[in-house]
Amino acid sequence: MTDAQTYNYKVVRQFAIMTIIWGIVGMLVGVFIAAQLAWPALNFDIPWLTFGRLRPLHTNAVIFAFGGSALFASSYYIVQRTCHVRLYSDGLAAFTFWGWQLVIVLAAITLPLGITASKEYAELEWPIDILITVVWVAYAVVFFGTIMHRRVKHIYVANWFYAAYIITIAVLHIVNSMALPVTLTKSYSMYAGVQDAMVQWWYGHNAVGFFLTAGFLGMMYYFIPKQAGRPVYSYRLSIVHFWALVFTYIWAGPHHLHYTALPYWTQSLGMVMSIILLAPSWGGMINGIMTLSGAWHKLRTDPVLRMLIVSLSFYGMSTFEGPMMSIKTVNALSHYTDWTIGHVHSGALGWVAFISLACLYYLFPRLYGREIYSNRLIEVHFWISTIGIVLYITSMWVSGIMQGLMWRAVNDDGTLTYSFVETVQAMHPFYIIRFLGGLMFLAGTLVMAWNLWKTAAGSKPVTAPIPEPAMAH
Amino acid sequence: MPDFTSGIWSYIIAIVTILSIVGLTWFTIAQSRCKKKKPGEQAQTMGHVWDDDLAEYNNPMPGWWLNMFYITLAWGVLYLILYPGLGAFPGVLAWTQQTQYEEELAEAEDKYGPIFNKYLNQDIEKVAMDSEALEIGKSLFSTYCTTCHGSDARGARGYPNLRDNDWLYGGTPEAIKTTITKGRTGAMPAWSAMLDDEKIFNVTSYVLQLAGREVDTESASKGKEIYQTSCAVCHGAEGQGNQQLGAPKLADDIWLYGGSRKKIMESIRAGRNGHMPPHGEFLGEAKVHLLTAYIYSFSKEQGSN
Repeated sequence: MTDAQTYNYKVVRQFAIMTIIWGIVGMLVGVFIAAQLAWPALNFDIPWLTFGRLRPLHTNAVIFAFGGSALFASSYYIVQRTCHVRLYSDGLAAFTFWGWQLVIVLAAITLPLGITASKEYAELEWPIDILITVVWVAYAVVFFGTIMHRRVKHIYVANWFYAAYIITIAVLHIVNSMALPVTLTKSYSMYAGVQDAMVQWWYGHNAVGFFLTAGFLGMMYYFIPKQAGRPVYSYRLSIVHFWALVFTYIWAGPHHLHYTALPYWTQSLGMVMSIILLAPSWGGMINGIMTLSGAWHKLRTDPVLRMLIVSLSFYGMSTFEGPMMSIKTVNALSHYTDWTIGHVHSGALGWVAFISLACLYYLFPRLYGREIYSNRLIEVHFWISTIGIVLYITSMWVSGIMQGLMWRAVNDDGTLTYSFVETVQAMHPFYIIRFLGGLMFLAGTLVMAWNLWKTAAGSKPVTAPIPEPAMAH
Repeated sequence: MPDFTSGIWSYIIAIVTILSIVGLTWFTIAQSRCKKKKPGEQAQTMGHVWDDDLAEYNNPMPGWWLNMFYITLAWGVLYLILYPGLGAFPGVLAWTQQTQYEEELAEAEDKYGPIFNKYLNQDIEKVAMDSEALEIGKSLFSTYCTTCHGSDARGARGYPNLRDNDWLYGGTPEAIKTTITKGRTGAMPAWSAMLDDEKIFNVTSYVLQLAGREVDTESASKGKEIYQTSCAVCHGAEGQGNQQLGAPKLADDIWLYGGSRKKIMESIRAGRNGHMPPHGEFLGEAKVHLLTAYIYSFSKEQGSN
């Protein structure tokens, strides 16, 4: 068989393996900084280990290294298989792999050194930003090149979501990272004051919307119908919620800046569009869960399918919570508290991480031509991690809402009931619970790593022939 | 407040917003018009197949989901009529966060103002005996003072202990009130340019001697000469300090920046700058009055100064 008659699984395998490795690294850093919040002495008075430097390392590692690798792996796998054609350009695909790994390694070096552009989720300095741009353009060429060479007429719904994510992330990254370099390791944002804040949160919220939502919905639209063995529930719903989602998300950023110097009209539009976003977000959840109708019994026996469906449930919960928190009145309580951290992690652990891990369970047997080593270990992973997520988000809800209520509590004489440090003291037990929750999630991931290692070790990598597209019927 | 835009842009924002909401609604309605399934009728796939078995059903969108979408769209329109959002249109309610803030502040002033104000015409001495006033003072202290002076008011390095009866700027009610209202700036100049390390070492010996520590008497006596010419102007010939300048008393074992030889030499060599920010304008006189009484009450606990 020539290369052109087979799928490019090599790059998928590479990204799939790195998803596991970066997932463990990113979660480990997360657990460590969670421990630092509970026991600050864990700074060890070493600048490179302080919370302020490790926190961006954690967020970058889990979002861009772990989540990014999962998106690369799944999009490359899906776009080939649903277009019935090998990836466009093996060379460029390999370049995106090595380029992306270089970005991650550079992040892991510069962030602990304190080299930062000080923009949340966009901390990397300008030379790395340029490298990201180059890799991303190559990614777009590979992805859209494959779409253009497809051997089926219609573009499968998963690919719409991947396409929206690739295009929008390019725009967001370039616009938000515009800066004037001063030295190799220092630059200043092109924007000033509240304009800078607005551009930052237009980027920040859409990093959530397009990187962590649209991309992973692409994953969902492939792996759930495949794992369930059922057609997607509703084509119409997928069209409407896709366009409504990508159209509405882009407006929602200002809800990160309520009650600030941001103009009122901008704040209001951000909030209105966030509320309107609820239904388009839920469209994906409904379409995924309803795909199971007629196959509900599989949830009892198939732990991978269960993980996929639980991830969608967390997605639905987070995308209800998000619009609610964008309402000014709610935001006045929730903003700057741990509630936000809980909200983010219900999305990050429950939705993004779970669907990525489920996708690895799907991919590994197919990439290595082996049955999964142990279904029992998948069960163990599922339960340890699910309990971990629940501990994490419930502790942050309680801690965050308590924190917000304590900040605003007043005595009969109008003075504040609690000093700041009293609120910190009250949060301490919840910080410990959160640390344990994170630790459990990490433990579950380690169980998965062992399981997948045993699945793949010693096997011969699969060379998959490209089947003829099925005739329309 | 920056508005980001001016002139015609305000209209463009309004038009784009309206068109967007109308467009979304139209698109959804248009897509929802399809043949309803008869009871018992099975959904059909759309006729496309990918990757062996991927297909899509032609199920209509769930009605409850559509209704939820329409409700949020309608709510959005209503909100944009009532509140600012459509460009420069201020909204029917003419709400601004500035007026919301001012109203809430005025409401609080109406409700709580009298509670604070009733102590204003009482002497601090008297307020400091009033347990209710001290409770208020304590709450105010927890909110505004603890960050630097600690929740027990015992300070931290560089931030004076308020309970030790050693006052940098005086412990009378008037002095304390002035400190809170106007703030204080304490400056110890850096001596490294004037005094070499040996001299600084000797002065430090003398300062330690003033504090009642055991030191090398020869070094201390050398240091005393330097002290009299360079330090006594502010800290006093006997190390008694000067509250007019906020120069700390040295003839005791209380140290603002640490009492080890190393720390004292550091203070002399590099100087120190203390800054207590002014709170008068920010808190208003009534609250400052109560805070003064609360802090003054510490000295009552330990006998008068």
